[in-house]
Amino acid sequence: MEAELRSFLAENFLLGEELRTLPASASLIEAGIIDSTGVLELVGYLEEAHAIVITDAELVPENLDSIENILRFLETKRNSGPAA
Amino acid sequence: MTAVSGSAEPLTPAVLEIDCERVAADIVAALERIVTRELRRRGAVVGLSGGVDSSVSAALCVQAFGPSHTLALLMPETDSADETLRVSRVVADALGLDTVQHDITPILEAAGCYRERDAAVRELIPELTDAWRWKIALPSVLGTDSYRLFSLVAEAPDGKTVEVRLPAKNYLAIVAATNFKQRVRKMIEYYHADRLGYAVVGTPNRLEYDQGFFVKNGDGAADVKPLAHLYKTQVYRLAEHLGLPADVLEQEPTTDTYSLPQSQEEFYFSLPYDKLDICLYAYNRGLAPASVGPAVGLSEDDVARVFRDIEQKRRATRYLHLPAQLVEQIPEIPGSADPAADR
Repeated sequence: MEAELRSFLAENFLLGEELRTLPASASLIEAGIIDSTGVLELVGYLEEAHAIVITDAELVPENLDSIENILRFLETKRNSGPAA
Repeated sequence: MTAVSGSAEPLTPAVLEIDCERVAADIVAALERIVTRELRRRGAVVGLSGGVDSSVSAALCVQAFGPSHTLALLMPETDSADETLRVSRVVADALGLDTVQHDITPILEAAGCYRERDAAVRELIPELTDAWRWKIALPSVLGTDSYRLFSLVAEAPDGKTVEVRLPAKNYLAIVAATNFKQRVRKMIEYYHADRLGYAVVGTPNRLEYDQGFFVKNGDGAADVKPLAHLYKTQVYRLAEHLGLPADVLEQEPTTDTYSLPQSQEEFYFSLPYDKLDICLYAYNRGLAPASVGPAVGLSEDDVARVFRDIEQKRRATRYLHLPAQLVEQIPEIPGSADPAADR
């Protein structure tokens, strides 16, 4: 799943080299990988690729600001049952 | 920049007080020098929006070049508020300026501005008709660390409102289409500048300039930007000093871009301008959030959120400030040897 996520980020934002060396714990915003529009795109991708609905309350850095946060969030969503 | 230190004295709004007479004189002298000597132009074109920034810019141009060498343009379109044109005329009359009015609606129609924009909106709200009014809105930055995602807020003729989160594709399509408005206006301004041998005056205040609240090659394009170093609060003080009509001083900053009234705060900025001015001033000086809170009525956490938002906007809009980048420097051409020099 991490490879898929890195692939989306690399292809969508044309940042192949930067993505390869980006630590999973790095802030995507502070690293300049995504901006506010990028967050919109990331949310859209996650909802579509993983058939989930991300609520407003879930739009927090703890869920979306790094690759490891996103993976943890997806795991939580998967364990919480089908999308609302 | 990072907020690193506390401040010995509590911050107050008084830090933004300026000597209006001196500031106005400095800008007038700079306009004369830049426009006539550096740019070799013989006057100024100013697009009036009915807001305080363009009104103050026009007033300073009148002082620098005289009313006969300052052209005021009025460029309404179908979504412009009625007040825009009325207040712009009041300002032009007060300054003794002749105006040229271009209704840019036909150009925008021909360019597909409304068609493309409305198609992106109707993908999300199929029942929306021309009788509906709508806007794009952002939630507040205060009280939460949540990401702020744009939503589309639409109001039916019966008053019913619909709010939906904007997918990236639709958001970008709407913004790209509406950016035609600022770019068409700039095209008109340069038409008159070319015709008259004038310079085009850009009217951003410091908040707008710093935070990238402009359209690249739209309202961001200009030959000179006389207010870009002044906080919005200071522009209001200048407006009073210059004796501009009360209609201008009472104007709330709006985008005047969408059919539902939209404040600049709900579309872009995180706070009302007077508070954001103080936060930006403090952030620029490395003051700690705790020392800023009392001056703006915010908690330390909220000031820290505003600081983060300021920095994030700087990062996100850096490219708007950059001129076209060259593969190799051309030292013979001023301004091109160091791309950063054009910012």
